[in-house]
Amino acid sequence: MSHPQEQTWVPFIGPFDPCPPILCKTYSTPPHLFMTFQPPNLPQFSPEEALRHGTLWPALYSPYESRWGKGR
Amino acid sequence: MWVYEKKLQYPVRVAKCDIRMAKYLAEQYGGADGELSAALRYLNQRYTIPDKVIGLLNDIGTEEFAHLEMIATMIYKLTKDATVEELDAAGMGAYYVSHDRALFYQNAGGVPWTATYIQAKGDPIADLYEDIAAEEKARATYQWLIDMTDDVDLQDSLKFLREREIVHSLRFREAVEILKDNRDQKKFF
Repeated sequence: MSHPQEQTWVPFIGPFDPCPPILCKTYSTPPHLFMTFQPPNLPQFSPEEALRHGTLWPALYSPYESRWGKGR
Repeated sequence: MWVYEKKLQYPVRVAKCDIRMAKYLAEQYGGADGELSAALRYLNQRYTIPDKVIGLLNDIGTEEFAHLEMIATMIYKLTKDATVEELDAAGMGAYYVSHDRALFYQNAGGVPWTATYIQAKGDPIADLYEDIAAEEKARATYQWLIDMTDDVDLQDSLKFLREREIVHSLRFREAVEILKDNRDQKKFF
């Protein structure tokens, strides 16, 4: 039961829109949204990896990449 | 009381001289959903929330101050060596007139921080729902800040802070579950 970390949707494109349309919009859906209560005994990162990821649990890790320079 | 550790929660490196980002980062320093608002909101709500979740508000409220320090460090690094001409060109001329290069609690648009950003309703569910919303809004703010820069070092620290918002949001959601079911077991934090 792995859930996508990002959802996409297609906005309405009008015939008289002034700017080139962005055909596909995205939004973030991090894993905590699908976890009302964190289950016990989940696998853990090593201390060094946990610091780097910002969380002790891989199941809670959510990557995010900058949109800068990607034309969206 | 608090015990202070003279180090940041996570390293802050800024690779690129980009004064524009200092202005944008102010959103998380003195903005409505920024770290100051978060810290003061949670630490204040501690007093009137059921015992079971006081510790959670205490821990998260304290961590928000650690995040505030990280944001302050970013803003300071980005502005400390900027000339007045550079500040003016980056849209911080008015800021310089008011504050020189001192840090000030205001949002990215220059609006000063106000206590009206935070609420203490006294109803535990209402307060925790506000906290969850605040965490999600802060997560979104970090996303838009990451979007606004190509400095990978700055992005790295901001990604850490974004992940912390996710963990905090889950903890507040769990607090709601604890209070609404009145669970007796306390094994999670």
